[in-house]
Amino acid sequence: MAVVRLSFSPAPVHVRTARLVGVAVARRAGVRQGLLDEVRLAIGEACTRAVALHQQHNLSDPVRVEMSDDGTYAVRVVDRAPIEAGADLAALPPYELAREQLSEDVLTTGVGFALLAGFVDDLLVRPADGGIGTEVQMVWPLEH
Amino acid sequence: MELSLATRTVGEFAVVVVGGEVDVYTAPQLRENLFELIDAGVEHVVVDLGRVDFLDSTGLGVLVGVLKRLRTAGGSFALVCDREPLLKIFRITALDQVFPLYPTVDAATGV
Repeated sequence: MAVVRLSFSPAPVHVRTARLVGVAVARRAGVRQGLLDEVRLAIGEACTRAVALHQQHNLSDPVRVEMSDDGTYAVRVVDRAPIEAGADLAALPPYELAREQLSEDVLTTGVGFALLAGFVDDLLVRPADGGIGTEVQMVWPLEH
Repeated sequence: MELSLATRTVGEFAVVVVGGEVDVYTAPQLRENLFELIDAGVEHVVVDLGRVDFLDSTGLGVLVGVLKRLRTAGGSFALVCDREPLLKIFRITALDQVFPLYPTVDAATGV
C-alpha cells in the first residue's frame, strides 16, 4: 500500500496543486484513465469546500489530504471547520439553482456537492478524527 | 493551465472565449471580466467554453451569477459547449436546465 499525504494553507491557489497531486497518485495507483477527469474534479470540489469553510471560520489550520491505494484508490480531505460534519452538503433542486435570492456561495456549495455525489460512487462524509471538522472520503476502483 | 479570456463582438452579442482552468482560484477573474462587460452596457453575452479544460462549482457559480444579472437587466446569456465531459457536469448539476447551451457560437448568436 502506498500513502501520500498533503497539507496546505487554506488558500484557493493551492487547490490546483492538490488536484494535480491527487490525479498523479491516482494514475500511478492504477485508476482507469477514463476516471481521472472525475478524480480531478472530485478532489478539487472537496478541497474547494474545505478551503471555503476555513476562510469562513477564519481558520489558518491547513487542509489535509490523504491519498492511499490498498485495493482501491481512497482520498480523504479533512477540514477543521466547527460545524456539524457535512451540514453544508446538500444538493439543490433544479428550480432552486436560478432563484434570484440564492447567494453565489450557497449555489456553489450545492453544485459542488452535486458534482461530488455525481462523480464519486463511493462517497462518505463523516466527522473528522478528533471531533471537529469533516472528513470527505472518496474511493475509486483500481484496474489491477 | 491559467485562465485565458478573449472577447469579440458578433452582431449584438459579446462573445467571450474562455480557456484553461476555471476554478476557485481563477473564477474571480472570470466574474470580474463578465461583470465589466455588463457594467459597460452589454446586454447579450455568449460564453464559449470550447477551450476550457477544467470547470468546477466555483466557475459554475460565476456563470449563474452572470445569468441572473443579465436576466434582471432584460438581457440574455448563453453558453457554447460541445464537449461531453463538460456537458456531463451540466447534466449532473441540473444546470443544463438553467443555461441555454449551444454546440457552436453561430448557433448561440443565431448567425
